[in-house]
Amino acid sequence: MTLLLIEQLLNGLQLGVMLFLMAAGLTLVFGVMGLINLAHGSLYMVGAFAAAWVAAQTGSYLLALVASLAAAAAAGVLIETLILRRLYARDHLDQVLATFALILIFSEGTRAVFGSFPLYLTIPPPLSGPVTLPGGIEYPLFRLVLIGAGLAVALGLWLLITRTRVGIRIQAGAADREMVSALGVDISRLYTLVFALGAALAGLSGALVGTLQSVEVGMGEPVLITAFVVIVIGGIGSVQGALVGAILVGLTQTLGAFLLPLASTRLTGAPDAGQVLASMLIYILMALVLIVRPQGLMGRPA
Amino acid sequence: MTTKSILTALALSVAATGAALADAHSNGAKIGMISTLSGGGAGLGVDVRDGFLLAIEQSGRDDIEVIVEDDQRKPDVAVRLADRMIQSDEVDILTGIIFSNLAMAVVPSAVQQGKFYLSPNAGPSALAGRGCHENYFNVAWQNDNVHEAAGAHANALGYENTFVMAPNYPAGIDAINGYKRTFEGEPAQEVLTKLGQTDYASEIAQIRASGADSVFFFLPGGMGIAFLKQYADSGVDIPLVGPAFSFDQTIVGAVGEAALGVPNTAQWSPDLDNEANVAFVAAFREKYGRIPSMYASQGFDTANLILSALDKAPVSEAEAFRAALREADFASTRGDFRFNTNHHPIQDYYVREVVEKDGELINQITGTALTDHADAYAAECEM
Repeated sequence: MTLLLIEQLLNGLQLGVMLFLMAAGLTLVFGVMGLINLAHGSLYMVGAFAAAWVAAQTGSYLLALVASLAAAAAAGVLIETLILRRLYARDHLDQVLATFALILIFSEGTRAVFGSFPLYLTIPPPLSGPVTLPGGIEYPLFRLVLIGAGLAVALGLWLLITRTRVGIRIQAGAADREMVSALGVDISRLYTLVFALGAALAGLSGALVGTLQSVEVGMGEPVLITAFVVIVIGGIGSVQGALVGAILVGLTQTLGAFLLPLASTRLTGAPDAGQVLASMLIYILMALVLIVRPQGLMGRPA
Repeated sequence: MTTKSILTALALSVAATGAALADAHSNGAKIGMISTLSGGGAGLGVDVRDGFLLAIEQSGRDDIEVIVEDDQRKPDVAVRLADRMIQSDEVDILTGIIFSNLAMAVVPSAVQQGKFYLSPNAGPSALAGRGCHENYFNVAWQNDNVHEAAGAHANALGYENTFVMAPNYPAGIDAINGYKRTFEGEPAQEVLTKLGQTDYASEIAQIRASGADSVFFFLPGGMGIAFLKQYADSGVDIPLVGPAFSFDQTIVGAVGEAALGVPNTAQWSPDLDNEANVAFVAAFREKYGRIPSMYASQGFDTANLILSALDKAPVSEAEAFRAALREADFASTRGDFRFNTNHHPIQDYYVREVVEKDGELINQITGTALTDHADAYAAECEM
C-alpha cells in the first residue's frame, strides 16, 4: 500500500509538471497580453503531430522534440501576427470566439494534412521500460524523464523571467503595458515573443505527452480545460502560481482517482460514490481556492 | 408575404409530389448518414462511411442518394442533424452513428417517426431489450457481444481472476457486463475509468498490485492507444485480453509493437476467408489505399443489407421492406449472418491477434470464441 501510494505520488507529480508546461504559456499570454487563448490546446496538438512526423521521417526522438518546439512556436507566431494581434483591444468574448474558431481550423487542417487516423509516436528505446527505485518500486523511466524535463523547464523559465532583460520586460509588460511602451520597448514584438514562448512550451508538452499517450486530432482540448483550472488556482498571470497550481492539480487528480474509490468501497461497499467525487475533485479544489483567495494562490489582487 | 408563403407551399407540394412519383417508379431511397467525421474518434466514422459508400458505388445504382453529415461526437449535434434529415431532407433511412450515447439520443425518436434506422456500430443494451423497435436494426453487434467473446476466450486460456477495466459510460458498462456474463472466474478488481482519459499510470499501478492473472480492458480509440503504450512500458507482464476496439486497423498503426500478440475478439477480421470478404478487402484497398477496419466492414455490410432489401420492396411499403431487411439476404463480409427476434445479429465471434505482415500491422484470426452467438436481451424484446 505504501509503495502504491508513492508510485501514485510520482504519477501525480508527472501529470503536474506536464500540466505546468501547458499552463505556463497560457498564464503568460493572459497575464502579459490580457488574451484568453482557447487555441492553446491546438498548439499542443501541433507540437505532437510535428514530433510524430519528424520521428517517423528521421527516427530521431531528439529531432522530434526540437521539431515540436519549432513547429508550435512558428504556428504561434503566425496566428499572433495574423489574427490575435487584432484582438488585444477587444473584450474577452471576441477573443474566445476567434480562438475557438482557430481550434476548429487547426483540427480540420491537421486532419487534411495527416488524415483521420492517430499517428505513431513511441518512447525511444534508451528511455523505455521500467527502472527500480530505492524501496523496490518499479517505475517507468520515461515518466521520470518527464518529471525531470518539466522541472528543468520550470527552472529555465524562472531564470529567464527573473534574470534576463527580456524577462524583466515581460514582467513589466504584465504590470503596466502603457508605461512599458512609453519607455521605448517595442511592445508588439514583446507580445509576439511571449506568445511564441508559450506556444513552444505547449508544443513540447504535446510531444512529450503524445509519446506516452496518443497523437490524434482533438488531443489538446481536454488538457486545455485542466490547464485553465491550473491557472485559476495558481493565479492568472503568475508563472510560479502555474507551477504550484499544476502540481497541486496533478496530485489531487491522481490521488483522488486512486484513494476515493477505495474509501467509498470501504464505507459504502461500492466504488461509485468515490469515482463520482474523484472526477469533480479538481473543480472542488478550484472553487475552494476561489472562495479563500479569489485572485488565486500566487495571483496579485485585482 | 402571404403570396410568398403560398408560393413556397405550392413549390414544396410540387416537389413532394415529384418525389412521390419518382418513388413509385423505382425502389430508390434517400439515406441519411450521421457519423463522427471530425475530432477524436473520426477514424471510426470515416471508415464506416467509406465502407458504406463503397458498397453503394459497387451496386451501380443512381437512384440511391446518401446524405453524409458529421455529428462531431456530440449528442446535441446528432439530434439536430437527425431532425433536419427527417423533416427537411425527408430521408427514408438513417444510419451511421458510431457512439452509443449518440445512438441513444437519436434512434428512439427517429424510429418512432416511422423512419428506419440501421446501426453500423453502436449497439447499446437499452435498444436490444425492452427498448427494441421494429424499425431499428443493428448490423454490427449488441455492445455486450464482443466482450462476451473475450470472456469466453479468457475461460479457454484458463484465466481465473481478471482485472476488469472500462470507461464509465453506457458502452463501458455493457462491456463489463458482457465480459462477466461469459467469464467463469472471479473478477479480481473492477475499475471504471473516465471517458476520454489518456493517462493510465494510476490504473497500471493498481493492476500491478492486484495479483490478477489477466487484464480485460475495453478502451476504444485514443484511450486504447495510450493504455497499450503505457502498459507495455510499465514492465507489468500480466497478460491482456480485450475486444477488437483497441486493436483495430484505425489505431493499430499508432499503437505499434505494443499491440503485437494480444488476443482480441471481433466478429470480423481482414483475413476471414469467404468470397464476399476477400472481394471487399481487395476493393477497399484498391479504392482507399489502406487496409479496411472492422468499422469499414460494418459500413459495407449495412449498405449491402439495405441494397438487398430494396431489391425486394420499396421503403414506402414499410411492412414489406422491414420483412426484407429481416431476411438479411445479402453476402456479409462476416460469412453467416442472420437477425435475431430483436433485429440484432446472430453470428460467430473470432479471436484475432495483431501480427506484422509485409511491413504492416494487421489482425489475423487465431481461433473462434463463440459460434452462432445471440445477445442476452432478445427475450425482453417485444415487437
